[in-house]
Amino acid sequence: MDTNHKDRSKVYFNPYFGGVLLGMVLLATFYITGRGLGASGAAKSTVVAVVDRFAPEHAENSGYYSQFLSDDNHPLNTWLVFEVIGVLAGAFLSGAISGRLKLKTEHNPKITNKRRLLFAGIGGVLFGFGAQVARGCTSGAALSGAAVLSLGGFLTMLAIFGSAYAFAWFFRKLWI
Amino acid sequence: MGPLIPMGIIPDQWNSVMAVLIGVAFGFVLESSGFSSSRKIVGLFYGYDFTVLRVFFTAAVTTAVGLAYFSYVGWIDMSLAYIHPTYLTAAIVGGLIMGLGFITGGFCPGTSLCAVAIGKIDGIIFTIGLMLGIFIFSEGYPVWEGLYNGNYLGSVKVTESLGISDNLFIFLFAVMALAAFYVTSLIGRRIKEVNY
Repeated sequence: MDTNHKDRSKVYFNPYFGGVLLGMVLLATFYITGRGLGASGAAKSTVVAVVDRFAPEHAENSGYYSQFLSDDNHPLNTWLVFEVIGVLAGAFLSGAISGRLKLKTEHNPKITNKRRLLFAGIGGVLFGFGAQVARGCTSGAALSGAAVLSLGGFLTMLAIFGSAYAFAWFFRKLWI
Repeated sequence: MGPLIPMGIIPDQWNSVMAVLIGVAFGFVLESSGFSSSRKIVGLFYGYDFTVLRVFFTAAVTTAVGLAYFSYVGWIDMSLAYIHPTYLTAAIVGGLIMGLGFITGGFCPGTSLCAVAIGKIDGIIFTIGLMLGIFIFSEGYPVWEGLYNGNYLGSVKVTESLGISDNLFIFLFAVMALAAFYVTSLIGRRIKEVNY
């Protein structure tokens, strides 16, 4: 086996180094654009664009989609969509350098692939729903919010981590 | 003086270019820190890997301190910065739902994108779920519109509601982060190893 290759793929940044770099990226983002980072916003724009494409009247009459539609811009023409295109490229680059590009499902060996994917899907649905309620996810609400001392940002951050800890016991068999 | 684009120092047309460049840096740092791995992320909640805590709080403190300095020396006009608005009920309820999604799915939206970028199938399924969840929220919007808009406090800062100065709060936040780093470093040595 190619053991060197495998070892390299498990080497990550020192977390404090990664944290300082992430903090500097976020600081630069505020300095340049006056706003923070985000992730779920691009998924929202995608959903709005798809619904607007296939059911434009429904999208315009909806109390939610209509908030993100304008006559001037395509729903995908938003800052966060461009940022997320960058995120995919940046993560791909990092994975390529470290030898982590591989099509696979990562899971605890005690559970099946299917089970992991089922719960990944459920988790995604819940996270997507929750991120709309809180107007942002871990990036947009919790991290970017907390960095500018937003009360809502701090509350969402505490709620996300608190809730994950509170439910961790019930889902322990998925992970350990 | 910043922020550069709102102040017109960098023309607005550059906004999308900046977005891509900032995204590349964001994605690179997240992936290199190990956030494309759900098992590494979730380690925080089972006490076998504290990477998320360390990266997240180091980043939040770095940015908060950086913005305080930038503001103090006059490099950025924070009145032009976007402060995430506070809808009290929605901030908490949304966070609780996201926490449940975090522990079942093993990702958050940003980290799932990193997983997608390096070929993780669980990341792809999570991301599809993410869009489905957004679709469900949007379609049922009238049902939870009241919750979504309830208890609106404006772009209020945590320091305004606590009645302390920004600088003191940032200092205390940094001290709390350091304390958390120290305590988790002690736990890290006691917990049984999980191989992943």
